[in-house]
Amino acid sequence: MYLPCPVVQNIKVSCTSWKCALEDVAWIISAPAYHLILEGILILWIIRLLFSKTYKLQERSDLTVKEKEELIEEWQPEPLVPPVSGDHPALNYNVVSGPPSHNIVVNGKKCVNFASFNFLGLLDDPRVKAAALVSLRKYGVGTCGPRGFYGTFDVHLDLEDRLAKFMQTEEAIIYSYGFATIASAIPAYSKRGDIVFVDRAACFAIQKGLQASRSDIQLFKHNDMADLERLLKEQEIEDQKNPRKARVTRRFIVVEGLYMNTGTICPLPELVKLKYKYKARIFLEESLSFGVLGEHGRGVTEHFGISIDDIDLISANMENSLASIGGFCCGRSFVIDHQRLSGQGYCFSASLPPLLAAAAIEALNIMEENPGIFSVLREKCKRIHKALQGISGLKVVGESFSPAFHLQLQESTGSREDDVKLLQEIVNHCMDRSIALTQARYLEKEEKCLPPPSIRVVVTVEQTDEELERAARTIKEVAQAVLL
Amino acid sequence: MLNQLRHPGSPEVHHVTQNGGLYKKPFNEAFEETPMLVAVLTYVGYGVLTLFGYLRDFLRHWRIEKCHHATERKEQQDFVSLYQDFENFYTRNLYMRIRDNWNRPICSVPGARVDIMERQSHDYNWSFKYTGNIIKGVINMGSYNYLGFARNTGSCQEAAAKVLEEYGVGVCSTRQEIGNLDKHEELEKLVASFLGVEAAMAYGMGFATNSMNIPALVGKGCLILSDELNHASLVLGARLSGATIRIFKHNNMQSLEKLLKDAIVYGQPRTRRPWKKILILVEGIYSMEGSIVRLPEVIALKKKYKAYLYLDEAHSIGALGPTGRGVVDYFGLDPEDVDVMMGTFTKSFGASGGYIGGKKELIDYLRTHSHSAVYATSLSPPVVEQIVTSMKCIMGQDGTTLGKECIQQLAENTRYFRRRLKEMGFIIYGNEDSPVVPLMLYMPAKIGAFGREMLKRNIGVVVVGFPATPIIESRARFCLSAAHTKEILDTALKEIDEVGDLLQLKYSRHRLVPLLDRPFDETTYEETED
Repeated sequence: MYLPCPVVQNIKVSCTSWKCALEDVAWIISAPAYHLILEGILILWIIRLLFSKTYKLQERSDLTVKEKEELIEEWQPEPLVPPVSGDHPALNYNVVSGPPSHNIVVNGKKCVNFASFNFLGLLDDPRVKAAALVSLRKYGVGTCGPRGFYGTFDVHLDLEDRLAKFMQTEEAIIYSYGFATIASAIPAYSKRGDIVFVDRAACFAIQKGLQASRSDIQLFKHNDMADLERLLKEQEIEDQKNPRKARVTRRFIVVEGLYMNTGTICPLPELVKLKYKYKARIFLEESLSFGVLGEHGRGVTEHFGISIDDIDLISANMENSLASIGGFCCGRSFVIDHQRLSGQGYCFSASLPPLLAAAAIEALNIMEENPGIFSVLREKCKRIHKALQGISGLKVVGESFSPAFHLQLQESTGSREDDVKLLQEIVNHCMDRSIALTQARYLEKEEKCLPPPSIRVVVTVEQTDEELERAARTIKEVAQAVLL
Repeated sequence: MLNQLRHPGSPEVHHVTQNGGLYKKPFNEAFEETPMLVAVLTYVGYGVLTLFGYLRDFLRHWRIEKCHHATERKEQQDFVSLYQDFENFYTRNLYMRIRDNWNRPICSVPGARVDIMERQSHDYNWSFKYTGNIIKGVINMGSYNYLGFARNTGSCQEAAAKVLEEYGVGVCSTRQEIGNLDKHEELEKLVASFLGVEAAMAYGMGFATNSMNIPALVGKGCLILSDELNHASLVLGARLSGATIRIFKHNNMQSLEKLLKDAIVYGQPRTRRPWKKILILVEGIYSMEGSIVRLPEVIALKKKYKAYLYLDEAHSIGALGPTGRGVVDYFGLDPEDVDVMMGTFTKSFGASGGYIGGKKELIDYLRTHSHSAVYATSLSPPVVEQIVTSMKCIMGQDGTTLGKECIQQLAENTRYFRRRLKEMGFIIYGNEDSPVVPLMLYMPAKIGAFGREMLKRNIGVVVVGFPATPIIESRARFCLSAAHTKEILDTALKEIDEVGDLLQLKYSRHRLVPLLDRPFDETTYEETED
């Protein structure tokens, strides 16, 4: 074989010796010599490529170390928190000296309490206190662990049992914080890709639960079933376009029994009809209606006479009617048991202190023994609702039987800040006249649908008829003085 | 899959000299590498369990085996199913087998000894029945009772009882409306003086303190640098805030520094705008690893790069430091260097709730913008009183030396227990001074076996597996307490030794030589009279 380039004779000599070696090898391998040479060249080329330096693309921002250091020097972060002006309306809290019971001492003034959610007056009930005291003497205060790690006490199991029996469901689960209850329950079931239809007036805890779930949120107008049906129909059309996806997309409707932000009741019978028609599950948040509505205080399902099995999950906090701390969810075991491993606020948080659970059990006992108090409470609500009608400048927002309703300005001044100042003046004057009221507080930048500023009025069974009338009169007089 | 193996080579022991005097005393933290054979056997174990899981699911689907778990209502069968089958595969087939090790109900104070209600299951843990017996005097190595304040007698309980009778139990309102009691103001002043900060604010739930306040501090356009092994509440808070989250390797300062440098130099992704602020989220003691954060280095980095530091001292407040003021005290640093000091009252104070401490501007801002202050109920008065009394006790303000003694007892217990376990040959993770002691089990069958064997011997332990830990690193976690006396610890150690031999748990290849004289000498801390 001859090399194709014009090679000098001496190389030819060395080539011949190579050629002999190659031919020997070729004979051994029984392949043509030129084939071996070609392969050899390729192998050498590969070895060269492996050991050569890699070719780096020039980075667009090819900064030197010095430039990086300069950038680090120059960067100025914002302050950790923006400064809060000294006269921010929410900065200086009202200080309550002593228990926030019916006769409350706020900022040194003795008042009748129209602001705490103590609907059934169980906050200073001696039986509840005695039960809590017995529990304190037996268990101490804290539970020192989450439910999974020696934080489950027999009191918790008792309370869950009692709540399930009271609400006539299969199972109940308790949380140690009211806010965390619905905020942990929703993300346990609804994940990314699922669809949740929620009312515009839903409370902040529901909004946080929805945000944590990363699901697709569809808001419908407050209590407007036609709007909800429209959204459901649109979703149905989407489903028909993509049936495969529709088969794995869960749907939920989240509503409150009595809305905290508006005091109105949800139209549950229509919701249940929509549920079966469009195959969406209902989650009902009953913080305000538990222990208020219904013949036995079981909430909005009893009020409308709907079977509790039709509602997939009922969540409520024990901080209103039960005058304790914490919250619970109840429903069928199929639904509730899942939260024991997926509810974040249940698994990763210490359990409810036993004295608070014992207080809740005793409060339940009292509720079961006197089922008459619920109608008494509703009567008082209707009374004051009627008495507050016709105040010039303020309008009553909420159902007549809702124990927590709002007084909003009939005509806004134009700026929210001024509205808030005006209402605060009314509240301050009422406090001077021994009626403790408060404005409904919201986080203005965080709420999805910010309600207008309002004064919250809360009715409890402990308020006597004269106190109710005095309150109505005081509010009327103060409103007239301030707004005109 | 072999990336699960930790730090190749010998166990890392870090000393002070590496960082030019940032640390005032030795920082001994070790995470021994998983032995290769054990790792392989663990994977094999999980593989076998998974196969059996598929088999059982198949049998259940075809109704050959009875289905024990609850099913959907007949009327709702045509709804989209609430749970995906594969989501609950782990729960149905692995967790159910050893479910009796968790959620054990107790019926006494969660102190050094506890009474457990006996449960029995006749259908392999699908349902439990209470036999009515109570297993009395079980040694409690699972409750977070670091300073022993979980008591139903004593000054804390009496003070709480008095406040209960006066104030009742509930509050029925939020802080900004009419739920701000004088007791809360008292508590917040005390917490601020305890921590050495300008002001503090208290909340009703430790979990909610994180998930509701981190969104108030950072938002879109901010960067959160979060440790790999942060608690679920920190992760949830970071997610809800809407800020960008970047994770750095657990307790790894080089990883953190690289992230900080890159963040400042390159800015936000795509737009290259500078970040508004950078928040570093770390914990004092990590409860699954038993490791302590490298706070001096974190603070040095934070100062250099002008980031803000959020320190979650849920487990370390009260448990670390010569005066019990947490990890800042442990390293001898200035509390003003930490921008946001967060902690909980559940572990060392025997109560419930959380707090945040820091500069007055921070607390003023949180008072107006924290989600918890606006929408969530405030702390219950007897709980507040428990915190106040126990905190005064720790600070020594109640006139006794009980607080100091508890802190010293806890430190001694920690040292002793960890040393003895290492001498026996177990693999123990974490820092020498951390009262959280994880003992490695690795294999899935041993998780259940360890929990049950220890209960047979009257010791209650906590075992953890996936998903709280990486899949092959299941462990038993002991939480030491100042209420544990030397006798209790010795009994526990003896039983752990026995069970360790029975289950072949002594994996360590770096046994410590046992000291001839026990360091746990009662005379060490007696006051000498001058």
